[in-house]
Amino acid sequence: MSTTTTQPRRGFSGPDQPPEDVMRACVHCGFCLPVCPTYRETHRERSSPRGRIWLIKAVSEGELDISDPVFKSEMSLCLNCRACEAVCPSGVQYGELVESARAQIVQHEPQPASARAAKAVGMKLLLGSPRATRAASYGAKVYAKSGLGSAVGATGLMSKIGLGHAEALRPAMQDEFLVAGRESWPAIGSRRGTVALLAGCVMSTAFAEVHRATARVLARNGFDVVVPPNQGCCGALSVHAGEADHGRALAKRNIDALGGPEFDAIIVNAAGCGAAMKEYDFLLREDPAYADKAATFVERVKDASEFLAEAGLVETPGALPITATYQDACHLAHAQRITKQPRELLRAIPELDLVEMSESDLCCGSAGIYNLLQTEMAGQLRERKVDHATATGAAVIVSANPGCMLQMRAGLAARGSDVQVEHLMTILDRAYAQVEQETPGA
Amino acid sequence: MTITTDQSTVVIDALRAVLGADYVVSDRAGLGVYELDASDEAITGIHRPLAAVLPETTEEVAEVARIAAEHDLPLLARGSGTGLAGGAIATQGGVMVVTTRMNRIVEVNLIDRYAVVQPGVVNLDLSTHLAPQGFYYAPDPSSQRACSIGGNLGNNSGGPHCLKYGVTNNHVLGLEVVLPGGEVCRFGGPSAENPGHDLTGLIVGSEATLGIITSATVRILPLPEEKGVLLATFESMETASRAVSATIADGILPSALEMMDKVTISAIEAGIGAGYPRDAEAVLLVELDGPTQTVGEERERVAEILSEHGAMTLSVAETAEEAELLWWGRKAAFGAMGRLAPNYHLTDTVVPRSKLPEAMQLVAEVASDYDLIIANVFHAGDGNLHPLILFDRKEPGIMERVLDASSVLMQHCIDLGGAISGEHGIGIEKNDALTLMYSDIDFGEMARVKRALDPRDLANPGKVFPSNFDRFGEPLD
Repeated sequence: MSTTTTQPRRGFSGPDQPPEDVMRACVHCGFCLPVCPTYRETHRERSSPRGRIWLIKAVSEGELDISDPVFKSEMSLCLNCRACEAVCPSGVQYGELVESARAQIVQHEPQPASARAAKAVGMKLLLGSPRATRAASYGAKVYAKSGLGSAVGATGLMSKIGLGHAEALRPAMQDEFLVAGRESWPAIGSRRGTVALLAGCVMSTAFAEVHRATARVLARNGFDVVVPPNQGCCGALSVHAGEADHGRALAKRNIDALGGPEFDAIIVNAAGCGAAMKEYDFLLREDPAYADKAATFVERVKDASEFLAEAGLVETPGALPITATYQDACHLAHAQRITKQPRELLRAIPELDLVEMSESDLCCGSAGIYNLLQTEMAGQLRERKVDHATATGAAVIVSANPGCMLQMRAGLAARGSDVQVEHLMTILDRAYAQVEQETPGA
Repeated sequence: MTITTDQSTVVIDALRAVLGADYVVSDRAGLGVYELDASDEAITGIHRPLAAVLPETTEEVAEVARIAAEHDLPLLARGSGTGLAGGAIATQGGVMVVTTRMNRIVEVNLIDRYAVVQPGVVNLDLSTHLAPQGFYYAPDPSSQRACSIGGNLGNNSGGPHCLKYGVTNNHVLGLEVVLPGGEVCRFGGPSAENPGHDLTGLIVGSEATLGIITSATVRILPLPEEKGVLLATFESMETASRAVSATIADGILPSALEMMDKVTISAIEAGIGAGYPRDAEAVLLVELDGPTQTVGEERERVAEILSEHGAMTLSVAETAEEAELLWWGRKAAFGAMGRLAPNYHLTDTVVPRSKLPEAMQLVAEVASDYDLIIANVFHAGDGNLHPLILFDRKEPGIMERVLDASSVLMQHCIDLGGAISGEHGIGIEKNDALTLMYSDIDFGEMARVKRALDPRDLANPGKVFPSNFDRFGEPLD
């Protein structure tokens, strides 16, 4: 790279260019290396944040072409787990760089057929409208219940279309999907406020019961919980994949649906969604109609654990005599810097023994749809995570992100382990259910 | 060093035959990041090795060294690339041995208190590994989360706790080294005393100019029972400097005594927010360690001394977390400079502790004379200054001013009885400045030692010694 570049940004053009000031804030100190999962696995520096920033700079300065295969493969291999951001002394917003770089790749040339197919189907159709997500999820439910799943499995059809690994990650569908606008939970006891719950895409179908658990825990602590209609997917998967325009459309819809002044907070119980929604201001920074709205919206987005820890629990949960270990979701620990609150909530449960695992905050390899596209690296990281989690001897692995939960469940199932993976809110809800059993009529 | 395309192909094929294609990096995009370490490319320049190789064993390193020697190619080592003097930059091309896969902690012996590690082990990973057994590895450069022990050995790195515990050299018992021709040598060993010439001491701090360290036996220490962390603010760097001398003069030896100025605090707070007071002109971060009762008594005494010597506020870290955050802020300070300017140049000088107030005055004068922002964050207890000159390399004419200011600063520190480098190595940033400290006779003797182990000048050539190195000692054959 030239030291006297006079023509920066030669390789990028159009919207969503990696911000120059973010690139320049990197002084390549190397503090990001040890926390990067792909660097830890490969030990090669091009697969580290410092390496990827070099590649982005090289394209920006015309040193490498945007179609360079190493540039493209490294942008894809990055989990966007943001562990590097959490330790960066200079506060480099690496996620913005890699997401912009991906958007540039998408803009500048066609994707390989398989990736394009996965993205097009997965995002625009499934995530574009909650109804489509539910329809697909209903299909998945029928598919599983009818025995078709095993029939298809036997034919190897999923493998033939290149998605054999996806089968293991398929979530078990819940019987009752959560439909925005149809359910609400009034505060129990003295009312402390009203919150809106993000229903999301996969959460509202495969994890509908986690939503209900979240709502019951919030209601129990004095909050009216509503699931406002007309909301939808947070857009994270689209943005991470470089489909920024699609992400922006989804973001605007959520700002319109959830941004009303009647809500004290917008509660999110999926780490990836919360992180994405807290960055709507960056995503919509160039949109004159939404830039300001997005800036005020992000102030009120709260992870459920963050909100509860801040508000304080009104009532002590009931006892749960289990050994649990907590796995930090990247988009909670690194992107939102929330690590203490979930642990505080778990420690608030009497008789629950919380045992820490090694490398709790090293990505499990799920990373949105990363585990569908980068199967080898995702598999290595999954094994590393399951090794650490099971080494604690815990009966339950607690997390706060659906992707991590599916990834770890798949890893445990492959080993025939009976260790359970549960959402933090599910565990809290169970603990509160104990209170009811102990004091009937409470 | 020029090399033809045909020769490159032969060398790369030979390296691949030893390591496999995955661990020989020779493509443009893959090599790019190996052009950098943590020093500033505006000063080191942009240099690309012919290949970067990632061996896993000593035997593989020896094979690589033999291939390099056979083709008359330079051989250099790189760990995590956190160096601040360009020591791991391939200024003359050649083969770069990247030690990141050599990351095994081979042995831990708690009774004899040593650990055997490969060079790619990350400094903090060793202490994290030892912590459950109540031990740690004392040298803690600020980059300890990322830097490798191999790099620490090469640079004889220091860190905040060197004040009490000494630098890397004081913690090394033995080394395994691959010499430039591929011979594997072992110096020293686990026992505390080793007869004969101290070749371990010769290798430590030699920045891979004598060979590549492939294994190290290092001392490990029991964790102190208690640590106490104090933060004091002062109205000026000079006042804070006087308080440092007064503390040491009282007979107390803190485990660390760090000073930071307002510029540094603003960078840390903007970058990560560690809770330092933004309005203070200077702060001292003092750590005491040892038995709980002693730490309590010393903390009170240090607080008294600091108050008597102008401390405006004094606070004690109440929890381990609070102390940890203050330390994280201190250790992240260099990287945080990216918040203030896109480039910085580190001058790693040392002065006798008693000269600190004068040195601070001189740094301020140089900043004003050259119209530069200079941040100060350093190991005050042992007088190891780190004036960081902040700049934007895109500003016309800036490089000359930065380098001139740096030279003047080094000369001032030598005049005060100090040295031009404390712990970050010489590399290619300060090799010519070494002439400010050593005579031609001194260089001649160093050159003879270098050539005894590396007669063809293949081991990290162009580093440490001044650029006119060829004229010292015996002529090259």
